[in-house]
Amino acid sequence: MDRAPRDLVAGPLSARGRLGRPELLLLGVAGLVVFFGVWSLAAAVGAAPEQFLPPPWKVAEEFARLTREPFVGYTLQQHLLSSFTRFGMGFLLAVAIGVPLGLALGWFRWLDLIVSPLFDALRFVAPIAWVPFAALWFGTGIGGPVLVIFTGAFPPCVINTYRGARYVDNHLVEAARTLGAGHWQIITEVLLPASVPSIVAGLRVSAGLAWQSLVGAELIVASSGIGYLLVKGQASISTSIVMSGMIAIGLVGFAIDGLLQRLEARIHRRRGR
Amino acid sequence: MRKTGEGTLRLAVGVATFVALTLVWYVLTSATHFIPPVYFPTPAEVAEGFRQITVQGYADGRLDQHFLHSSKLVLMGFAAAVSIGVPLGLAMGWSRRAEALVNPVFLLIRPIPPLAWIPLAIVWLGLGDAAKVLVIWFAAFVPAVINSHAGVRSIEPHLIEAASSLGVRGPMLAREVLLPGALPLVFTGLRLSLQACWTTLVAGELIGAILGLGHVLYQAGLDLFPAMIVVGMAGVAVAGGLMTMALGWIERRAISWRVH
Repeated sequence: MDRAPRDLVAGPLSARGRLGRPELLLLGVAGLVVFFGVWSLAAAVGAAPEQFLPPPWKVAEEFARLTREPFVGYTLQQHLLSSFTRFGMGFLLAVAIGVPLGLALGWFRWLDLIVSPLFDALRFVAPIAWVPFAALWFGTGIGGPVLVIFTGAFPPCVINTYRGARYVDNHLVEAARTLGAGHWQIITEVLLPASVPSIVAGLRVSAGLAWQSLVGAELIVASSGIGYLLVKGQASISTSIVMSGMIAIGLVGFAIDGLLQRLEARIHRRRGR
Repeated sequence: MRKTGEGTLRLAVGVATFVALTLVWYVLTSATHFIPPVYFPTPAEVAEGFRQITVQGYADGRLDQHFLHSSKLVLMGFAAAVSIGVPLGLAMGWSRRAEALVNPVFLLIRPIPPLAWIPLAIVWLGLGDAAKVLVIWFAAFVPAVINSHAGVRSIEPHLIEAASSLGVRGPMLAREVLLPGALPLVFTGLRLSLQACWTTLVAGELIGAILGLGHVLYQAGLDLFPAMIVVGMAGVAVAGGLMTMALGWIERRAISWRVH
């Protein structure tokens, strides 16, 4: 949903005042230098104790140390692996239920009438608000966090599939009908292929929300994982551990988004767009 | 496009669905005990929980106090993010230089979800309100910047050329051309960020708070009190829904020249 800028950067204004490559690079580097410079300077002059504001290189050191030595039982990679397993389960569950539901809602009007109001009402409940029930029903191991991730990832899957299926070219549906296709055939052979671009766009939004919900769930209920590492770093008042965890979260989130973006680009290319 | 007949039908089926669902809920819990009350409350228990929190209070406050406290924090963080993020986004959209300067830092920070800032905010500011406002600020800041930036980029160049040829520049150009042109996308960003704000607030209050809807959820989870969990979730949904509606109302006022 917040992907608009990338698509719009090549918009009407882009011809105006275009900068040369060296100038762009220089300004970008200048921005980064200012950012890290202010940070390092603040840490160096002791604006806050190092426990609260470590300089960037201390954070980098801590990050490297966390990949070698276990913290609260596991190394950084092991924490990430257990987080990623939960993420994968919640996300796949959301896709496996959300996409078929979206297709069905887009095709059967009576189902749309019945389910949509419920869906809209439930959507206002923030995914994180499911944490107490998640813990009550499924415990704090795998099940609880997976339910929270699922509630985060589910709505975009359903909505985007529904939109894709709902706005399929009517001629295609009519043609399929004339040729004697049944409900099942129309859904799987007309609606599904036609909604693929919309579905994949939904998957990206949904993966982002799933990753974010995972972090939230692990901050509150978990005994391993990257969010747990953050909480324990916070409890021992170590900003460098917390920041290392944040960097790891950012890197994995970035990688997930990058993968889905490539998938999206590939599908668009295949369709000759 | 949609006929009024369809609207009435939608409403009727929607109401019928909720009535049917309440009945199913009653049958599954109160009537047959198919779902044990430790896992999900009966309708009567939820009503009792609602009565308890509105009359006697629960988790150190009455429902209206929790509600107001949470809403206040969201509004503070949201307002601060909008007043800094929108101008920054507009500047980045207008000036290539500003964009080139800020973008790399922004790209570095953006993949970190707002919720991941909560522990850092707690280390820096403690468990009080300041930490929550900081994280809410962050949750709203990123979408506000991105969409304002995209909003300026979506303005027709003719409009800007026409304005410049009439001698409009500087603050007047920003106020009369850039801001109104960018507003539709800015509001899209604000709607996204308002949702992010509520999610962040609930997470922050679940981790540590003395008042607020997230604190109700936390206490109800500790007490194994499913009815109060339902009341808390409903509170979060209603508060978020009301604010989204209020934002929609402001949007219709602000871009009244657009056909809806």
